Amino acid sequence: MIVQQIIFYAFALVMVLAATMVITVRNPVYAALYLVLTFFSAAAIWMLLEAEFLAIILVVVYVGAVMVLFLFVVMMLDINMVPLKEGFIRNLPVALLVAAAMAVELLMVIWSKSRFGVDLFPVPPPTPAGHSNTQALGELLYTNYLLPFEVAGVVLLVAIIAAIALTLRKRTGIKIQDPARQVRARRDESVRLVKMKSEKPQGG
Amino acid sequence: MNGAQMLLAAPEFWVLAMACVIMLVDLFLSEERRGIIHMLAMLTLVFAGIITLRGDYLTAGVHSVTAFNGGFIRDSMGDVLKVFSFITLGLIYTYAKFYLRNFNMFRADFYTLSLFTLLGVMLLISANSLIMIYLGLELISLSVYALVAFNRESSRGPEAAMKYFVLGSMASGMLLYGMSMIYGATGSLGLVDIAAAIGVLGEHDILLIFGLVFVVVGIAFKFGVVPFHMWIPDVYEGAPVAVTLLISSLPKLAAFAMAFRFLQSGLGDLHMHWQGMLQVMALLSIIVGNLAAIMQTNIKRMLAYSTISHMGFVLLGLLPGTAFGFGASMYYVIVYALMSTAAFGMVIMLSARGIEAEQLEDFKGLNQRNPFYAAIMAIVMFSMAGVPPMVGFFAKWMVIKAAMDAGLLWLAITAVIFAVMGAFYYLRVIKYMYFDEPENEAAIVAPVDFGAALTLNGIMIIGLGIFSGSLIAICINSFATL
Repeated sequence: MIVQQIIFYAFALVMVLAATMVITVRNPVYAALYLVLTFFSAAAIWMLLEAEFLAIILVVVYVGAVMVLFLFVVMMLDINMVPLKEGFIRNLPVALLVAAAMAVELLMVIWSKSRFGVDLFPVPPPTPAGHSNTQALGELLYTNYLLPFEVAGVVLLVAIIAAIALTLRKRTGIKIQDPARQVRARRDESVRLVKMKSEKPQGG
Repeated sequence: MNGAQMLLAAPEFWVLAMACVIMLVDLFLSEERRGIIHMLAMLTLVFAGIITLRGDYLTAGVHSVTAFNGGFIRDSMGDVLKVFSFITLGLIYTYAKFYLRNFNMFRADFYTLSLFTLLGVMLLISANSLIMIYLGLELISLSVYALVAFNRESSRGPEAAMKYFVLGSMASGMLLYGMSMIYGATGSLGLVDIAAAIGVLGEHDILLIFGLVFVVVGIAFKFGVVPFHMWIPDVYEGAPVAVTLLISSLPKLAAFAMAFRFLQSGLGDLHMHWQGMLQVMALLSIIVGNLAAIMQTNIKRMLAYSTISHMGFVLLGLLPGTAFGFGASMYYVIVYALMSTAAFGMVIMLSARGIEAEQLEDFKGLNQRNPFYAAIMAIVMFSMAGVPPMVGFFAKWMVIKAAMDAGLLWLAITAVIFAVMGAFYYLRVIKYMYFDEPENEAAIVAPVDFGAALTLNGIMIIGLGIFSGSLIAICINSFATL
């Protein structure tokens, strides 16, 4: 038990520190990298909760795909962060007020002993060896939640169609390569042998 | 779950399949044969209507059937709303084809995206769990964001889409936040289970009420009622008219269904709490909508503010929480969809090649240019103002009666006063058409199918008014189990 607690506190500490760095460092690339560290620590904590599928998905999807894409965007767009941070101090009091209100609300809900008290939720029994979260999730997704799962797929399809419909345009008058024509090209189409008389050097 | 249960969602599957087919068929069509896409889309709607009306799932004593583990529900309310969505979308396609051709935007994307919007509307109408409500809503919103930015040459379209996207995401966030609180309080996602859990928890549970507030915000944004109406005028004005036509009618039908399912089927026990919130929003919408519309010179903005006031009237019907009240609201929202389609159809007809007829002045002297279409516009305007025997009168009368049933006499009286004030700006359009000289003498030319659809739309507005009894009865009977 003590080992688990040490691991938990280590990852939790790293996660909180990394999350703080995400919003405080100046360079957006560093911020993205700190976010990766946050995700990793969260994945480790999920692993402690025996939710191995979610842990792996977090690493594969968020770290592997989303954050890499995010880094690409940050590097390609070369955003100047200074104008974005203007007004930070001016808006800080309002932001703190909203944050405090939300924190108080959250604490009220969490500390209300009647509903979310810690003693109301006993520690779940450890899952038996050989239990597969992945299989359990899959079975639920394709039975009880079949329709929502499919509709979520349709939502993604619409996102693809929308992105293409809004950005794809046929432009005329630009030079593009046509690989098929390149392959079909023959020597006699582009090279012509011309017989010429050899010239005598002048004044010879 | 077995195959028969899955077949309950056959209309949805059909629309989904056809949306994909249309997307693929377009790849093989040349520019001049693109009319086939239009035909395919219309065919989709006709068959979707037939499949929906073959509702042999209802036997004696059974009012609703669920499928997909309770997440999907078929009942007569859903079927009626779906059939009217098909009719509305059919009219929209006929009007939009003329507009898209004129403005050189006749692409299959419009049809694909609008069919996905329809799919979202259908799923939201039949949603019976929090997940399905959210997914249906997002499917509608995503397709509509893209459609608003559909005209890439215009600079206003993308700006309006961006505004709509940011505000819409905020509203989705609010709705999700509320849903998570309700889930936290009740421990379930299905509306039926939630209703049962609330019966145990009691109606004064603070977490539930917190959740309810956020859910009401999300629903109010979809309706576009004050104070969540800011996006409506800008989006209506910035979007191409063909798209304004779509967003002003279809999603409202779904918004009504969502409000009923969420607030009554799910959170019915919290009626006393949501009644108060809806009261305030109905009152503000009717006041702000009617007053702001008077000041508009742009017809799209005027119709946008008129939408806000109409949605206020729809909320009036939800207040008592009775079968009559919901029936009245449903009748109002169907009628509104038909009227709004006709009004924007007229705007499309006046749009000359490449120039949108956006100003109220464009209607000047329409009677001299084409008396027939002027008469149809007059019918639409009279109906929106609530003049008998047009259908708009009966709709207004019913929701106001519902508000009085709820014991809200003051609200009913305010609504009547502002409805009368609102008649001013509808009548101004009629004055322009009949008593002013035309600024533009060009004859109005519209294709045959366009004229036929507009005539049919006008006939529906009078016909459903004179023979209003049957549709009203259908609407009220849909809620017979309450």
